[in-house]
Amino acid sequence: MAYSKKVVEKFENTLNNPEAFNVGRFDPKESNVGTGMVGAPACGDVMKLQIKCEPKGNTHVIKDVKFKTYGCGSAIASSSELVDMLIGKTLEEAKAIKNIEIVKALELPPIKIHCSVLAEDSIRQAIEDYEAKQ
Amino acid sequence: MSTRSTIYLDYASTTPVDPRVASKMMEFLTPDGQFGNPASRSHRFGWKADEAVEEARSHVANLVNCDPREIVWTSGATEADNLAIKGVARFYKSKGNHIITSKIEHKAVLDPCRQLEREGFEVTYLDPNDKGVIDPEDVKSAIKDTTILISIMHINNELGTVNNISKIGEIAREKGIFFHVDAAQSTGKTLIDLEKMQIDLMSFSAHKTYGPKGIGALYVRRKPRVRLEALIHGGGHERGMRSGTLATHQIVGMGEAFRIAKEEMDTDHKKVSEFHQKFLEKVKKIDHVYINGDLDNKVPNILNVSFNFVEGESLIMGLKDIAVSSGSACTSASLEPSYVLRALGRKDELAHSSIRFSFGRFTSDEDVENTLDILGNVVHRLRELSPLWEMHLDGVDLDKVEWNLH
Repeated sequence: MAYSKKVVEKFENTLNNPEAFNVGRFDPKESNVGTGMVGAPACGDVMKLQIKCEPKGNTHVIKDVKFKTYGCGSAIASSSELVDMLIGKTLEEAKAIKNIEIVKALELPPIKIHCSVLAEDSIRQAIEDYEAKQ
Repeated sequence: MSTRSTIYLDYASTTPVDPRVASKMMEFLTPDGQFGNPASRSHRFGWKADEAVEEARSHVANLVNCDPREIVWTSGATEADNLAIKGVARFYKSKGNHIITSKIEHKAVLDPCRQLEREGFEVTYLDPNDKGVIDPEDVKSAIKDTTILISIMHINNELGTVNNISKIGEIAREKGIFFHVDAAQSTGKTLIDLEKMQIDLMSFSAHKTYGPKGIGALYVRRKPRVRLEALIHGGGHERGMRSGTLATHQIVGMGEAFRIAKEEMDTDHKKVSEFHQKFLEKVKKIDHVYINGDLDNKVPNILNVSFNFVEGESLIMGLKDIAVSSGSACTSASLEPSYVLRALGRKDELAHSSIRFSFGRFTSDEDVENTLDILGNVVHRLRELSPLWEMHLDGVDLDKVEWNLH
């Protein structure tokens, strides 16, 4: 169970300074907020990702992100890594993010790849929720 | 980073070698020491080594009150479990093909049983009660005409719960069925009296009791006699039950460790009981904490706790300067929650949230206090990160949520 240095750093930074690393919540009822929640407690990981967007031209841009994650260190680091990738992106750009980018950024071992898949699923769900409100 | 700044609370996984044991072992390695082969009958080097091996055998026998001739050296408790289970099953296969064991055994028992299933044996795996204990009545009712062996552990390595091996022994003896006990976690923790108990085979490990890794022993009863088919052949050492040159220094280490264990059992027990008490009192003050296992029927050196809404692996990572286990160390390479906690009927999420703390001879008050401080803090911060905690605070019943299984 050797974690990469990057996972450990990301996990510890997020744990020690949650606000700076976008841990938190938006009111899910607000019209400019999209919420995605994936995973299950019985499987050992649940990710909740929220995006706050505003229209720009004929698309929407992610202005802010909040997340909470229950799961192993890699799951928490994966969510936190994803958040860094999202801010400032258009929804189209955000949809194009693939889990492999998180795997590479954090040097996740094969046994932890599902954490990155979960992160990818969470952004898709959050975007769907946001788009359904528009 | 130096490992010395890390607090070690994983004694149920392995213990350090007691310095007294290590210095004794050193006498049996180098040219100026007793390095001979105990099987050499023709010179002093051999005789001296043989003497040391036999003295160690007596120390082991003394701790569990049996005849030294009933102790067979092995490479550890895993080999002892294998030798007992496969050895008895294969030797007595003409008498029957049914074996009874439990779902909370160590893999060193479960895997040999699986192997025997592949060889045509039938194995019953008993469920524990919700406290992690095997009910002797369940053992009794699982017995068939074809049952030849019962294998039930003494102290569970994840929970510290204690099975009633005296009672199970009575049941087995009455039916003429061999009874094996994995006692890897027991030595030095609780009294074992093989003269009184009706147990035919018992596995021991040195490295859980301040001895070295790589050495263990199997108790094989002489009266009534138990016979085994050996797993390792080559030279007929240990009365044909386990060939291979005896590792004098390892054996001496185990002997010395078990001698000290007998002498200091009361002091060791008193010390860990105080730690256990203090730990329990403080840990219970954290909200939504569950103690796994039976507080009224367990050894004090092991304490297994679930911190609801926090995942165990992240908790271990958060407790980076504290060495603890999430379930059995042997299962931490997989992503499965502890099979022992699942067997208790714990919800999967509580199994995912479990941490085993285990104390020992070299644990200090400071270790326990520092751990408790750090623990409360890390649990709090991980909960701030946890969507489940947030939902719980919002009054959501997590059991009624439809989760997005992936």
